Amino acid sequence: MALDEDTLEQLLDTVRRFVRERLVPNEERVAEEDAIPAELVQEMAELGLFGLSVPQEYEGLGLTMSEEVKVAFELGRTSPAFRSLLGTNNGIGSQGIVLDGTEEQKHKYLPKLARGEIIGSFALTEPDSGSDASSLRTTARRDGDHYVLNGTKRFITNAPEAGLFTVMARTDTAQKGARGISAFLVEAGTPGLRLGKPDRKMGQRGAHTCDVIFEDCRVPAEQLLGGIEGQGFKTAMKVLDRGRLHISAVCVGVAERLIEDALSYAIERKQFGQPIAEFQLIQAMLADSRTEAYAARSMVLDAARRRDAGETVTTEASCCKLFASEMVGRVADRAVQIHGGAGYIADYGVERFYRDVRLFRLYEGTSQIQQLVIARNMIREHSQ
Amino acid sequence: MKVLVAIKRVIDAYVKVRVKSDGSGVETQNVKMSMNPFCEIAVEEAVRMKEAGIASEVVVVSCGQQNSQETIRTALAMGADRGILVQSDAELQPLAIAKLLKGVVEKEQPELVLMGKQAVDNDFNQTGQMLSALLDWSQATFASKIEKSDGKLTVTREIDGGLETIEVALPAVVTADLRLNEPRYASLPNIMKAKKKPIDTMSAEDLGVDPSPRLSVVKVSEPPARQGGAKVGSVAELVEKLKNEAKVI
Repeated sequence: MALDEDTLEQLLDTVRRFVRERLVPNEERVAEEDAIPAELVQEMAELGLFGLSVPQEYEGLGLTMSEEVKVAFELGRTSPAFRSLLGTNNGIGSQGIVLDGTEEQKHKYLPKLARGEIIGSFALTEPDSGSDASSLRTTARRDGDHYVLNGTKRFITNAPEAGLFTVMARTDTAQKGARGISAFLVEAGTPGLRLGKPDRKMGQRGAHTCDVIFEDCRVPAEQLLGGIEGQGFKTAMKVLDRGRLHISAVCVGVAERLIEDALSYAIERKQFGQPIAEFQLIQAMLADSRTEAYAARSMVLDAARRRDAGETVTTEASCCKLFASEMVGRVADRAVQIHGGAGYIADYGVERFYRDVRLFRLYEGTSQIQQLVIARNMIREHSQ
Repeated sequence: MKVLVAIKRVIDAYVKVRVKSDGSGVETQNVKMSMNPFCEIAVEEAVRMKEAGIASEVVVVSCGQQNSQETIRTALAMGADRGILVQSDAELQPLAIAKLLKGVVEKEQPELVLMGKQAVDNDFNQTGQMLSALLDWSQATFASKIEKSDGKLTVTREIDGGLETIEVALPAVVTADLRLNEPRYASLPNIMKAKKKPIDTMSAEDLGVDPSPRLSVVKVSEPPARQGGAKVGSVAELVEKLKNEAKVI
């Protein structure tokens, strides 16, 4: 149920204040230590940030898409590493259960995910299957009242912290495509489940990914998501719209933060006897950034409203993801440029954001995959 | 022990305040408003008392326009049990507020009234003291620590150059200083639940108080802009300037 205006404003205000007072001052430390301090994780959990999209009957906030993207705008205004930790619980780590889980699975896991007691992780990508996700090779063989999982998952976000993995595996090896794939809820610590070394990434230090390896990992049959084989890939596709809009909103938040930082710098920094903000070539960069961020914000709000109204927004969600992630890349590049030499120096933080935002164009569907989704839907709609 | 916390809606502490062009006051149109930070500390202390089993009920009260209700909601989200809005569109000055609060105290019969030591908008630092005088209750201002033992409170006060610890008999009015505690962030689920907590509304007439202003504001002006500094060439020059220009040595 949608919140009244006052309550939503108070909620956003609290998130804004938490980001400003608790997260922003710790950005450098998180990057330095490659970890989010435990007390901050605790505070994020107490605030309720892990349960934004989990329905209220399972102890989450049950925000609408419009409300969730407004929270994500605020969360975007700090290092993406913070958002990454709570991103999976609000997105692909919980939404599969919300949409297609059995009642037992919902009761067992959703409250814990909403409270941030466990971190949910989504294991789809493999060494040989990324954008071509439906070609995945991990297998789940039925053996009595268990399934036996074998295979390797790659670049799995939050895997080192995860308590629960939603794992996509092939239950029907005769079916090569999406229809042979099922989703399993596998708890960390299950014998046969092993984690690789944390990946060394370009940016977003503090957020972790690693391989997840299954070697004859026996999973009770009731851990099959929704209790039905062959539904896994469909589930994965269904949760994507929401995730893509959430990520798009985060991109907008980061862009707005970088524009603010670049503007402050431009007003303070003096060359040729005046603030560099007075120079038209600097102004052009600021104006282009502001315009593009505003466009992305408007797109995200529009798509979110449509989704809340019950429209299918697969095309719009891809449009948002494509535009917002590319936009924040350009904005970050200009922010470095406005900072000049200082933009290349780690102390200013802007180069860290420049590296951090590069990921947005890659995960949850690369820009090229978004283009394909958009164009294919256009062609399909035209021929209908 | 029932605790009444008085709170005030003020311009958010992070907003750059602008003086109206006619010098009659400060601009409040389209300006973000929040709970006065000292009031927030008072609410936090009351909620902690409740969590520790010392307070049985925490009631928050705010005097002002209808939109003060938002500030009451914030306190409810932090953990207060219910709210009271004394609605008045008139400009409320400390004595009027103290009288209104006295009326609420007589209705609610709390054992303790907690409030901020002052509000960050006009920094009067009077309302708590006036209320204790009107009620003829003990008062402890600028509290940085409050402990309860049967029938009395031990309060550590922040005074010039140190700390003073006093004992006051209950009922009492205590005003919170900055270091009393660090207020929590209201959790998002609690913000949503706060909507269901009751807020009673009453008027100055209901409490038999005439809230008309006794003071009139003559002029509001911005502090003078800071002057730029100067560099000195030597220690001798510095000493000379400190002696003759700044006249501090």
